[in-house]
This record gives sequence, C-alpha cells and structure tokens, in this order.
Amino acid sequence: MTNIPETGRSPRVQIRLVVIQVLVISLLGTLGGRLWYLQIREGDQYAKEASGNHVQKVVQPAVRGSILDARGVALADNETRLVVSASRTDLMKMKDDGKAVLTKLAGVLGMKPEDVEQKVRLCNAETPQPCWNGSPYQPIPITDEATPKQALQIRERAEDFPGITAEPQALRRYASPGKANTAQVLGYLSPVTDEEIQKAQDTSSPYLRSDMVGRSGLERQYDKQLRGKAGVTRYEVDKLGRVLGEAESDPAQPGANLVTSIDSRVQRVAEYELNEAMKEARKQHDRNTNRNYEADSGAVVVMEAKTGRVVAMASNPTYDPNAWVGGISAKDYATLTGEKSNYPLLNRATQGLSAPGSVFKVIPTAAAIQAGYSFEGPYECSSSYSIGGQVFKNFESQSFGGISLGRALEVSCDTVFYRLSHEEWKRDGGNKPKKNAHDWFYKTAHQFGLGEETGIDLPNEVTGRVPDRQWKKDYWTANKDDWCKYGKKDGSYAEKIAFENCLEGNRLRAGDSVNYSIGQGDTLVTPIQMATIYAAISNGGTLYNPTVGKAVISPDGKTVTEIEPKAHGKLPTSKKTLAQIDEALEGVATRGTAAWRFGGWPQDEIPMHAKTGTAEVHGKQTTSWFTTYTEDYAIVMTISQGGTGSGASGPAVRNIYNALYGVSEDGEIDKKKALLPTPQKTLPKVRTDGTIKSPKVSKDPAKDRATSSPDAQATTPQDGDPADPQQPGTVPSPENTNRETRRRERRRAGGPGGGAALRRTRHRSAGRTGTRRTTS
Amino acid sequence: MTGGVNSFQVSGYGPERAGWTRVFARDSLARRLDWPILLSAIALSLLGSLLVYSATRNRTELNQGDPYYFLVRHWLNTGIGLALMIGAVLLGHRVLRTAVPLLYGASVFLILLVLTPLGSTINGAHSWIKLPGGFSLQPSEFVKITIILGMAMLLAARVDAGDKPYPDHRTVLQALGLAVVPMIIVMLMPDLGSVMVMVIIVLGVLLASGASNRWIFGLIGAGAAGAIAVWQIGILDEYQINRFAAFANPELDPAGVGYNTNQARIAIGSGGLTGSGLFHGSQTTGQFVPEQQTDFVFTVAGEELGFVGGALIIGLLGIILWRACRIARDTTDLYGTVVAAGIVAWFAFQTFENIGMTLGIMPVTGLPLPFVSYGGSSMFAVWLAIGLLQSIRMQRPMSA
Repeated sequence: MTNIPETGRSPRVQIRLVVIQVLVISLLGTLGGRLWYLQIREGDQYAKEASGNHVQKVVQPAVRGSILDARGVALADNETRLVVSASRTDLMKMKDDGKAVLTKLAGVLGMKPEDVEQKVRLCNAETPQPCWNGSPYQPIPITDEATPKQALQIRERAEDFPGITAEPQALRRYASPGKANTAQVLGYLSPVTDEEIQKAQDTSSPYLRSDMVGRSGLERQYDKQLRGKAGVTRYEVDKLGRVLGEAESDPAQPGANLVTSIDSRVQRVAEYELNEAMKEARKQHDRNTNRNYEADSGAVVVMEAKTGRVVAMASNPTYDPNAWVGGISAKDYATLTGEKSNYPLLNRATQGLSAPGSVFKVIPTAAAIQAGYSFEGPYECSSSYSIGGQVFKNFESQSFGGISLGRALEVSCDTVFYRLSHEEWKRDGGNKPKKNAHDWFYKTAHQFGLGEETGIDLPNEVTGRVPDRQWKKDYWTANKDDWCKYGKKDGSYAEKIAFENCLEGNRLRAGDSVNYSIGQGDTLVTPIQMATIYAAISNGGTLYNPTVGKAVISPDGKTVTEIEPKAHGKLPTSKKTLAQIDEALEGVATRGTAAWRFGGWPQDEIPMHAKTGTAEVHGKQTTSWFTTYTEDYAIVMTISQGGTGSGASGPAVRNIYNALYGVSEDGEIDKKKALLPTPQKTLPKVRTDGTIKSPKVSKDPAKDRATSSPDAQATTPQDGDPADPQQPGTVPSPENTNRETRRRERRRAGGPGGGAALRRTRHRSAGRTGTRRTTS
Repeated sequence: MTGGVNSFQVSGYGPERAGWTRVFARDSLARRLDWPILLSAIALSLLGSLLVYSATRNRTELNQGDPYYFLVRHWLNTGIGLALMIGAVLLGHRVLRTAVPLLYGASVFLILLVLTPLGSTINGAHSWIKLPGGFSLQPSEFVKITIILGMAMLLAARVDAGDKPYPDHRTVLQALGLAVVPMIIVMLMPDLGSVMVMVIIVLGVLLASGASNRWIFGLIGAGAAGAIAVWQIGILDEYQINRFAAFANPELDPAGVGYNTNQARIAIGSGGLTGSGLFHGSQTTGQFVPEQQTDFVFTVAGEELGFVGGALIIGLLGIILWRACRIARDTTDLYGTVVAAGIVAWFAFQTFENIGMTLGIMPVTGLPLPFVSYGGSSMFAVWLAIGLLQSIRMQRPMSA
C-alpha cells in the first residue's frame, strides 16, 4: 500500500510496524516448519509410537503339537488343567485394587492372601519374584492345579469374583506311555527369555511373552513345527486401559504333531534293560580297582539299520521331564543340574564321550585293506607287541598265532592291529613324517564319520575326536604351556606324562599309533556314532544321519511332511571287504567274544552280528561297549565304569533283541510276542478333528516279557484314559519319593477323549511315569 | 442484534440508503468491514468447535454425559464473541476511546475480585471467578485488552493532538505504570502465561507508539533480568519449574512432567499429511493428551486433520495477523496504530506459544489458542479485539 498517512505518522513508527510484521511472519513460519518436521519428516515414527500407546494385545496360546511314537502313541502331549487366572485390568478398576477379591480367592484356593497378591503384581526393577512379567492385559495365572470343586466355587459365584476366571487350559504332559520315559530325547520346555523375544522380533515367527520354548531334545529341535502360532487379539484402549474396540484378531493355530521313529515299547525295554544292566554291574567286583563297578552312566541306541531311524534311545541317569511343566522348582533344578546330580539332562547317546576300545576295530580293519594289506593275512596274534622298550600287551595276554583280520576281529586280538598300525606309522615316516603321509588309519576313521556330528536331529550333539596329526598339533599348542610347567622328568606318573607331552606332544608317536589302533588313547566317540557305523556295515555301507523325527503331521492330519533318511557318507570299503567284516562280526556272535551271550540265539533265522569292547580310561574303571546288528536293527550299548563289553552290556542287548523279535530264552521265536520284528513302515493316522489313532500300550512292556501272560496286561487301558477313572494308582517305587512330593495327586482330565475338563480322575503320578531310575 | 444494525446511524459516513442496497453501498458498514479477518475468525471458531467436540465427546468425566456439551458451549461462546465484536463496531472507534478509563477500571476491579474469596483455582492458577450456571470468568483475558487500550490512549494523546512527534518519557512512564499494576496482580494469581503475554503486549505497544529506542531495549533488558530474578528468588511454583525442565529435556520422566509434551508430540506427529480423519485420532479418542479441549486443542487438529489441518489453522491466524498489521499501518491516528499493533503482539505471541508448546519448541504454559481453544473469557476477549480492529479500520476513510 502506498498511501501516505494523513496525520503526523512518523517514519519511525512505519519502520517499526514493518519490523513487527516481519517478526510475526517469521514466528508463523517457524510453526509451519516445525509442524512439517514433526508430521511429514518424523511422522512415521510418531505414528508407531501412537499405535504402541493405544493398542494392547491379548494372547491366546496355541496348543503345542504332540510328539508321537512310530505307532501314534503320545510321548508328549497336552493335558487340560484347571487354571485360575486374574484379570489385572478388572482388579485395578476396583476401589481397593481388588484386594478383597484376591483375599477371598486365596481362601477358596487354600493359599495365603500374600502369595496371591504377589502373583498378580507386575514385575519391575524393584519388585522381586514372584511377580508377573507378562502383559498387564493378559489374564495372570494364579494356580494351574485347581480342583474342579474350587473351579465350580469360583464360577458359580462369579459376582463374588469379578475379574477371576477358572478355565481349563492345555499344559504339556510327558505321558510316559508304558513307562517309557524318553526324557533326554523329548527334551523340555521353559518360558521364553527377553533376549529370545528381541532376537525373534523381526523374523517370520516372533515369540510372545507367554510362549514356552523347547530347550533340549525334540522339543527344541522341532520347536518351530510344534509351537504353532498363538492367537492375538488387538484391542484399542484408552489412557486408563479401557477397551475402545477390537482392532484385529488372529485365531490361534495349533502346532503340528511330530511322529518319531521311537517305539515306546522298545524304548521302555531299552531303558529298563540299561538300568538293569547297570544295577547288575554294580554288584560285580572289579579286579583292577578292587571294588565294585560304579556303572555311573550308560546309554543304549536301537537303530533301524537300513534308514538310520532311531527306534529307542535311552540315557541313564534320567529324570522326569514333567518336572519342567508349569515352571521348575529351585529344588528340582538343583537335582537336575547340580554338581552332585551326575547330569541326568545329558543325553549320553549323543553327548556322552568315551574311548571305544575294541568296538573301534572295524575301522583299523578297513584301514588296513585301504593301505593294501590283505584280509586273509596271516597276521601274528602274539601275547604282546613291543616298540623300543615299551611293551603293549594283548588283552589278558592271550595269543592265537597267525590269523586273518576276520579272526582278529572275532577274538579281538590287539597285537594284530598294533603291528599293522605301527607298520603304517613307520611307512608314513615314523618320527620324521613324510609330507604327504597316507595316514590310512586316521583317514579311514574320518571316512567312517568319526570326529564329526552324525547329523542326528537332536540338539548339541558332540563330535568326538580322531587323534590324528593335526589334532595332536592343535592340542599341543593349546596345552604346552601347562604341560611344560607341570611336567617333571622323574616325578609322578602324571608329571612324567606331562613332561613327555611337553617335549614331543605335538608329534604322532609310535605309541600313539599303537594305542589308537584299538580305540584307546585320545580317541573319543559317542554311542550314536558307533550305532551309525554298525548300521552302515549292516546295510551295505551307507552312513545315514540318524533321525528321531519321522514325519510332521498338521493338526488336522491333512498335511504330512515326511522326514526322509539322509546319508552323510559311504564306508570306504569294497563290497567284498564289507562282506568279510560282516562275516567276522557274525563270528564274534557265534564263536568269538560275544558268543557266550548269544547262546541259543536263532542265528539261522536272525543272523546276529556283534563286537565287544572294553575301553580303558586312566583313573577309572573300564567302559563297557557292545555293538550289534541284525539285518534290520543295530543296537549299541555302553556303560561307563561298567566292566567288559559282553559282561556288562551283553545280557541287556540280548534281551532287547529278544523283545524286538519275540525270541525266548531258549531261542524259540514267538511272533506274537515280538514287539517290532521289522521296522514300523506306516505313519500313524491323525484324524481331521486332531485326535490320533494309536494302539493301546500295556503298563510296562519290559515286565510283560518277564511274566508269561502278556495278553492279560495288553488289555489294560491306556494310561490316563478318562474312561476309566477307577484306575488304581500303582505303588510308587522308593526312588521316586522326590517327584512324589512335588506333584502330589493331580487331577488329570482331558486326555485323548478331551473335553472332560471338570471330570476328576485321581491318579498317582508315580504310576504314570514310574520308570525305574536310580539316583546315585 | 440485526435490529441494532438497522437502527444504527453510521453518522458522517455517506448518504442514507434503504435495505440491502444500503448494506452493500460504498462506504456502508458491510463494505467497510475487514472481511478476511472476520471470515478467518469465524472459520477458526467453527473449526475449533469441531476439535473441542472431538476431544471431549468421550470424556464423560468432563462433559457430564452429554457429548455435545462442549460443542454447544463453544458455539455459544462464539455467538457472544460475535455480538461483542458487533457491539464494538457499532460503538465505533472514537466512542470506545472515550470509554477506555472506564473499561480499564472495570478490568482491574475484576482481577482484584479474583484475589478475594470469590476467585477460584483451576489448574494451579487462582485466576477465575465462578459464575452461577457453571460458567466462569477469567478476567486476565480482558486485562490484556484494557492494557492495550489504556496504554494506547496515554501514548497517543499528545501525538494525535499534534503536540509531539513521539511520546515523551513521562508519557511512557505513565503508560508503563498503567500496565504494571494489573500485571502484578495477575502474577500473584499466579498466571505466568498471561503475564508473559502482557509483557509482549507492552513491548508491541511501545514499539508501535514510536517511543524512544532506549525504552524498547531497556525494557527487553529489564524483562530478561526480571525473568532471571524470578527464577532465582523462587517465586515460581515447582510445577512451573518442572514445565521448563521438561521443555529443556522432553525425555525426562515421560510418565510425569514430560507426559503432556510427549503425548502432544506423538499425537501431532502421528497425524502425517492428512491426519487420521476427524473423530478418528487414536491419541484423541484414547484421551492420552491432557487439557486437549483447551490448551492442547491444536493436537487434535494435528492428529485428526494432519499437516493440512494444522497448516490451515496457522494460515487462518496468519491472515488475521497480516490484516491486523495492515490496519495498524493504514490507520490515520497513532491511537489506532498502537491498538492494532498491541493486538498483533498479543495474538502472535499467544499463537506461537500455544502451538509452539504442542510442537515442543516452547515450554508449556496455560495459554489458549485464539478462537480455537475452548474457553469463554478467551473467546470473548479475542472477538472483542476483532471488533476493535474492525472499528479502527472503519473510522479511516476508504482509500481511493
């Protein structure tokens, strides 16, 4: 505007008005700029924050899939228990924050009011456990062991218990069908950790705070398939947590069922026989240490020889996986993991290491052939073999004269393998190794899959060790400082060894090669590795990755994903050699070291092959090894500090075979009594309603064999069947007192019938899972 | 009111005409009105009523079960405000000028009344007079106007009479004294936000009056020193200090002191370009922002109408301020200039402070957003100010 003021408007005022105008415009500009910054540039972030502000999730947990044995018997499933929960949002709306209601509830449940209040308070930095660390919008469980009477009291007087619910909920149950405990194979669950939630946040299967995660065994290996997907309903809420509306709702998807190749009956027999063998070993006197054998741990694997599928896998000592359900108590945790526990959580079949002893000898046999030696020989089986001043004796100083490799296996002659291995060591340059040494004996062990995982579908398998040149070098580098410090030329035995190791531990010495040739020295293997090798010898040379999982079946039974056997290698042995080894191993069972254990075995119908091993461990009693196979199965058993191979493990393995094939003590085959004369081929059927067709399991298949009337017991209804509420509890064995106090009587409703949540079925838990266990 | 318009004689402005022709005739009342200001103010008031409605329809603890409680009252306030504006226009610039001492006295009387037991405390400030029927009055809003009018009257008297080109020191001192008396009373309430607005008004008024630069800079210096003194002596209540602390560090205690600012910023930020749609803001519906119908009303616009809505409000206020600046520059007497400039300073600062605090660039103080925030006294005061602007514009002959 250019109009000139009519009255005395001074230029000073005009300038100042312009200044004001400029100021005003810049202020408004600032606001506009800031608004643009917040809404357009940073808008996404604030939108996220806003949605976090007003959306609350309520989670319906997915029912975890069952773990079934090969015939459909549930090894792990879910049981319905009455869970009483409190809704915090409802309680907080009350004038006294729900105190009166909780006190009343405590009265009904027979709990202390303080305990109930502690359970519903929210965890934070200042609040110690017990407290609730889930979402405050999630119903908070007060107890999962409510009786139907308590639940009815709460439900019928709902107006007295606002915000309290008593609902049947699915909880994990390890049913131990027919007393098959299978603990280490199944594994266990525990609540998801914050770290895992964070880690899985942006993956396709994020965790919910209420999730339970498989921690070991199959529960861990197949966690993703078993877990399913929890249902989430998102509610829009206001500042005070009042629900404004339902934003989104995903229904829960139950987890898939895992069918395993485990046969619960064979599993039970294996567990029983292993435990019996260990008990028996403890009665035997050990001449070397002048005390009874300790038999502190043991394992047995029953494998399908043609597929690598695991039919049974037992590890001793064992435990009750139900101890983990609903949160493990501090006391139980200590008994399972404490120093005095002997680590029952370990699966000795895949995680237990020991020197193989003579069961290793098939490897030097194959190695000798690879190195160009003939199978026939003859090779001198002298009572001892000496290198320099050092004398390596044959087992019990026996001598057999000139024999073939096959006969050397049969009689388990050490000196034959000492000589061969030492010769090869010399050929490879002896103390001055050639650059391209053949190392046939070590190479062959690697080709047999030792020193590596077998690839079994169980977590944390250990690799064992082939003490070859590279390992010696690495081990020496890692330990030389200690050895050189500790070692003394004229000290104690240990000090002398350390001194020697310090000087030349990096080299493969003559003595090393000799010890190694009979599976001693630094050689370490797992039972599952030996089972894989002997199954390969049985099946014509294929090293299968052992599998426990056989198929994953969707909850409605419509989608079946089979887990096909996979091989991880072939034995480096010609068909001819393999046939010769096979023949020799048959000789072991018929006229060799294991023959006395297979007296009366129907060898013509079921050709038995075996190898015994008695591994020496410095400072400990001998490890018993027994490796066997037939056309369809390979069974490997080992007992730490248990005595000789055939002595300690022999009867147990024979009994497992008897059970599998229905062979009686006198060698008669009764097909009716055979548990599994040929491996289970078909998969169990999961019906579209989610129920599973499964045969009935007798109370204790291991005992059926002992009693001569198995038919009477076979008709016993399946354990936990709600149709039979009168089922009497069995008398708990004294070893089970620990568990007995933890879970007194527990109502077990639901089960295969399902829906019968409020029906009370009294049952003594020991009767359910009372596997004979020893607690050392 | 329309009857009033018809019966009113616009003395000395053009020939008498009848009916609509008269209304739209050159120099007629309607033609002389500043329509951009009027329409912007109406638009802001109506928009404000929707935002207030959105913020309060679910707040049963406030709206006494009637979702339209605040909407209807906002309309009522707007209607009264319009009437006040028309009243000011009809009375005319010169008549109003003569009534300044009376208005000033009345407003000072009212704020003194607040200090008596008749006054009541809302949100920590003892600055309200409860009236029957659920209404309440905040006299400090009217003091803002009377300070402008009073100072303008004193400062412009001798300049408009042609005696002096600028107000002399004595006049400036008198004018300052006139402003300081009610400011001290308001400070005692304590209503710090209003005092801040009044300081800015005094500055704007002095600036526009042509008072010596020494006064301007001296006052700015004194203001700064005073602020520091107030801080040091500890006249401020803890909540006031906390607000500043939360402004300096918004992450500080997001559930406590910083809660308002955080939630306000989340609400606005989540709006994006076009917002979540009126009545569909989750922050608003979930009542996460406190005082959302009054001091934080802008967050409703930010969340539900997005950048478009927020910019519209700033734009409409910009139109009013722009036109007010033009009126200040175009008027022939210094009195009109000073009054208009005072109103500009008032509106501009209050707008900047109110929106600025929701955007996190200003500390939180309890100041309403002109026309938009719910609140009768504020609504009446800003509409009265519009009336004053209109009357200043109308007394000036139309430019050729």
